[in-house]
Amino acid sequence: MAVITLFGVAVVVFCLLRVVPGDPVAMMVGPAASAADIAALRAHYGLDGPLPLQFLTWLKAALVGDFGTSITRHQSVLSILGAYLPATIELAFSALLVAILLGGATAVVATLLRQHRTSAAIDALNGVFLALPDFIWALILVLAFGVAVPLLPLTGRIDPSIDVPFATNFLLMESIITGRFAVAGNIAAHMAMPTLALALPLAAVIARVLRQALNEAMVQDYVLLARIKGMSELRLILHEALRNAVGPTLALTGVQATFLIGGTVVVERIFAYPGIGNLAIEAVINRDFPLIQGLVLMFGLIFILINIAVDLTVVALNPRLRHV
Amino acid sequence: MGAISRRQFVAVGAGGVIASMLMPGSRVFAAGDTLTIAFNVDLPSWDPTVGASAVNPTIQAIYRTVFDQYIGQKPNLALEQGLLTDWGWNKDRSQVWMDVRKGVVWHDGSPMTPEDVVWSLERAGKPDSGNPIQSLWSTVGKFKIDGNRITGQVLSFDPTYFKWMAFLTGYVLPKTYYEKVGAQGFERKPIGTGPYMVDEYQANSFLRLRANPNYWRGKPPFGTVVFKFVTDATSRVAEVESGSSDVTLDIPYEEYDRLRKHPGFAGEATPISDIGMIFITNVPPFLDKNVRLAACHAVDKDAIIKRLLRGYGTRIDTLEAPQYEAYDPTIKVTHDPKLAAKLLKASGFSRENPVKLKIQTTRGFKPKDYEMIQAIVGMWRNVGIDADIEVYEIAKHFELRMAHKLAPAAFYNWGNAIGDPSTSTGFAMFSKSPHSAWKTADVDKMIGPLWGEPDEKKRIAGYKAVDRYIAEQGYVLPLLQYVQPVIYKKSLRVTPNVSGALQPVLIHKA
Repeated sequence: MAVITLFGVAVVVFCLLRVVPGDPVAMMVGPAASAADIAALRAHYGLDGPLPLQFLTWLKAALVGDFGTSITRHQSVLSILGAYLPATIELAFSALLVAILLGGATAVVATLLRQHRTSAAIDALNGVFLALPDFIWALILVLAFGVAVPLLPLTGRIDPSIDVPFATNFLLMESIITGRFAVAGNIAAHMAMPTLALALPLAAVIARVLRQALNEAMVQDYVLLARIKGMSELRLILHEALRNAVGPTLALTGVQATFLIGGTVVVERIFAYPGIGNLAIEAVINRDFPLIQGLVLMFGLIFILINIAVDLTVVALNPRLRHV
Repeated sequence: MGAISRRQFVAVGAGGVIASMLMPGSRVFAAGDTLTIAFNVDLPSWDPTVGASAVNPTIQAIYRTVFDQYIGQKPNLALEQGLLTDWGWNKDRSQVWMDVRKGVVWHDGSPMTPEDVVWSLERAGKPDSGNPIQSLWSTVGKFKIDGNRITGQVLSFDPTYFKWMAFLTGYVLPKTYYEKVGAQGFERKPIGTGPYMVDEYQANSFLRLRANPNYWRGKPPFGTVVFKFVTDATSRVAEVESGSSDVTLDIPYEEYDRLRKHPGFAGEATPISDIGMIFITNVPPFLDKNVRLAACHAVDKDAIIKRLLRGYGTRIDTLEAPQYEAYDPTIKVTHDPKLAAKLLKASGFSRENPVKLKIQTTRGFKPKDYEMIQAIVGMWRNVGIDADIEVYEIAKHFELRMAHKLAPAAFYNWGNAIGDPSTSTGFAMFSKSPHSAWKTADVDKMIGPLWGEPDEKKRIAGYKAVDRYIAEQGYVLPLLQYVQPVIYKKSLRVTPNVSGALQPVLIHKA
């Protein structure tokens, strides 16, 4: 099924790119270019043949792992994706982690205080977080921690003055694993603002859904029984209600995580973070067909993998689903 | 190494963030000897002769920092010695000659030779090279080397051949090294003869350069130069305001004015070789001369510059900016709404019965582009032109222009960093150019002979005559010359560059 989906994505993207306005050759011809120059460039980039032939040529190569050469970067698409994807994975994973922690904590606190006036304040604040999209958070954070109180680095992934070799493109993980904690700290500082920008709206979604589920769970018989046994409210929430409430939240988080990957496009741009989101914008602006095709296929693959992972986790957490 | 516990992991994360904020010692380079530029575009490729980045005028700032051009260019656009110390044609224009500078070495220490120059020229002229202006480089061939002198046979005379040696794709690349590492190897580790050597390059993030100790012009002003690729203008402002970068460019004029008032910053706002214009296509209703001229006379360019661009811009009435060779200040297209209304009336149009047309524009591609077109549409409406605005991406503009399918009016910006009229009026108005929108025989008849005109004075005079004729006919609507704002720390001194290339060698400690 996943293969069919990816094939469908490949066909749609290939056709769309050729239908929508924007010719990569028109983008690169200089003022002195002649008609012959233009024809030569079309041939050079393999854009001169009939569309079905172009697609078959691309598909044949893609099946053996060759996604072509980027028109603007003159490097293989696969190697470019390999260089950029780890940055986005680290960013998205951090954002997801922060969102789960923040959203989860907010939901638990709000449930704990559900009969208190503070609960309404938490709901209102959560509503604000929910209403502001990631790019607005990004701009707020830039102004707050980049300009007003310049605590955090504004752009990039690592300070350009740090001259440390890396064996992989997972800079944060590699720095932690190899014990270069000052470098890891520098990378984490660079990731802090984009991570928060991505995490805050998602945290609000998680908080709202989880709180709703916890509220429903808290009036169930098994919670009542535990309460009669004298269990504290916090223990009731964490040990009894949370496990049952986490299912729908997890499913929704999975869906939202795919949006989170999409959100990296704008956030990475604002923070000049070198991930696939930033790369995607460049590729689209320059009409870099091979790179766009590779990026969309990879986005598709990521979405499929996230959905599979969520399905498996939900089943693992809910024994009833294992026998469906 | 032992396993990391959860507690240790969290501690490392938090501690690391704090450490990085508090420990300036993690910097490797002395801040005083490092220049950090928050740059407005990314660098997609290291080959300055191939692909879209090769014809991107802004990126030339980086290419000129790592590579050298055949011929250099001063900040006022005048040519100067580069890797060629002298050059020219023979008397009958059948041959070119070039003298190659001695004693220049590549960043890997190997000598730069005339063979490198010939190889670069021949490579640029090959049809399969991917060079976007290959046809220009192919006008000279059959090169011969005699000591440090190169001679070549002129296959098709182009008077701008040497000027292009200081412009797009005019770079000398290392023959032996390139052939050894190949195209992709060169992308990974490029070398040139320029003032700075590539130390670390992370695409979409930053480029770190170290001074070339063997640079033929002498020691560069900074030991280390960092280009941070910050494409978002708000983030670039924040970069300099927070002190993370020393210099930035192309920020909104409002921000430029605000930061200039700050005691820690200085600024330069220089007119550069980039103009804003409206292409007029030879389709109805612009086949009517009265309508064309009315459209031109109705526009108050001074008001646009003053009110929308805060005064940052220079009004132009031809496609030549004041710094260009064929600029003629006597060619004027006045703002005269009464005349515009009279011209329209002669063709049967009025405010009550306006002529209708479409105008295309980008939005946010250039400063206030959409707002400018809105203002122009308002000015047109006052005289009897009813224009619908269509917003498009720049990619669509290029495609439509190449297919000669632009709307009757289309906003665009046009760069010409060598200031030669062939690169502005020539390519923008000659019908056989893929970049022209107005395609008629009368203009071709005037421009055609100028392509190969060997007498430079006659050629420039010819272009001035074309510009006057085009203005009289209303074949294009030139608007303004852009001003590039550069903001920097007061501890620095920046020499403005009319070409728009913010080169580190033009930045010094104050």
